[in-house]
Amino acid sequence: MSQPYSAEVDVLADPMLPELQIIRRIVWETDDTFTLQLENLNHGARKFLFLPGQFNMLYVFGIGESAISISSDPSKTNMLSHTIHRVGTVTNALASMKRGDIIGLRGPFGSNWPIETANGLDVCIVAGGIGLAPLRPVLYSLFRRRRDYGRVLLLYGARSPLDLLYRVELEQWSKQYDVEVLVTVDRSDSTWKGYIGVVPNLFSYIKLDARATLAMVCGPEVMMEYTIAEILRRGVPPEQIYLSMERNMKCAVGFCGHCQYGPKFICKDGPVFGLPQISGFFGKKEI
Amino acid sequence: MTHRLLQEEDMQKENLGEVLRKHPFVGNLGEKYLQTLVGCAKNVHYKEGEYLCHEGEAADWFFLIRSGRIALEIHAGHKGKRRVQTIGPGEVLGWSWLISPYRWHFDGCAVAEVGALALDGKCLRTKCDKDHDFGYEMLKRLSDVFQSRMEATRLQLLDVYGSR
Repeated sequence: MSQPYSAEVDVLADPMLPELQIIRRIVWETDDTFTLQLENLNHGARKFLFLPGQFNMLYVFGIGESAISISSDPSKTNMLSHTIHRVGTVTNALASMKRGDIIGLRGPFGSNWPIETANGLDVCIVAGGIGLAPLRPVLYSLFRRRRDYGRVLLLYGARSPLDLLYRVELEQWSKQYDVEVLVTVDRSDSTWKGYIGVVPNLFSYIKLDARATLAMVCGPEVMMEYTIAEILRRGVPPEQIYLSMERNMKCAVGFCGHCQYGPKFICKDGPVFGLPQISGFFGKKEI
Repeated sequence: MTHRLLQEEDMQKENLGEVLRKHPFVGNLGEKYLQTLVGCAKNVHYKEGEYLCHEGEAADWFFLIRSGRIALEIHAGHKGKRRVQTIGPGEVLGWSWLISPYRWHFDGCAVAEVGALALDGKCLRTKCDKDHDFGYEMLKRLSDVFQSRMEATRLQLLDVYGSR
């Protein structure tokens, strides 16, 4: 579901042909999660235009491809960031790469978060774990036009304080951009003074103007299920709730069927969906 | 109370009723039962680092949290003290006052200065026994707390952010 948005999006001549990217920087966010900053090897040949929520296929030569959300600022078109959780063969191979190494990239693919639809509304962003990565471009976009939006809330959960992504930025955002940031962790020792508990619990500590709120949710599916139930309980209409889904992707253009999700393909119709688009099968264990 | 009260305001009973009414646990409780609660309530404050309850001690009180944050701690043997949950404004701390043997199952440490209404569980237990309608009201309200804590605990146990 593509949302109208002022930025342009790159359309590759051949979406199956990777372009070469050089790794300019590697930032380890946590023990098992890192951010790669990439620059097109044909520097200046083409800017990288994308919409918040879209993803790329990153290709480690001789190993394989993996679908990774773009986590950088959409207005910065000469450099791309991807925050990656090392969980499988490709992401482990990416984790072992060094500055100056070359990888392939296809994209951007998929639908985007409804930044324009959120105009004039309060925006409630709910992220769990690595789910903050595809939402970071949303935050950058909101900050650029902060006055166009009402309250901006970020509810974020992770396994432990050491697993929190973008720790420095989290502090900056609340100070610089008038964002209400609530962070919770599933477990901790006594050094952590923040919230402990699951993300849906954080809704106990905020008040939402339900009709004037647009919610964007990204995280593990079960976390999204409970979170969306909480958002609905607070009266936010389903058509104002968006979520990003994840399935194993291969082609990224809706040919191979690996990421089929009921009648949808996550790569082509998603990953960002409005809740009504998938409410018939969201949370169903068979799908 | 076995724990130290830092400050206990001499809040007028009618004022206490208004404060209680604002807490979600009390909400739409009938006036008669609200007054029953008022008779057993105190306004309390705890500084950061102070404990509201200790594991194994008599659970004679429970707390309706108005401000601040409390971490629930469990001693996990050689792993030391583990914080498993925090309780914040609008939430309830403690239900052991209603369930035999009426002992706390964890420590409750104020991690940010806490303002709360402390309710005398012993006193309320007696009132619940005498007036079953009131007891049922308390149980219904606490059941909501049980349910949401249980749901949250299940989700926590799933370790949804794990790699596999």
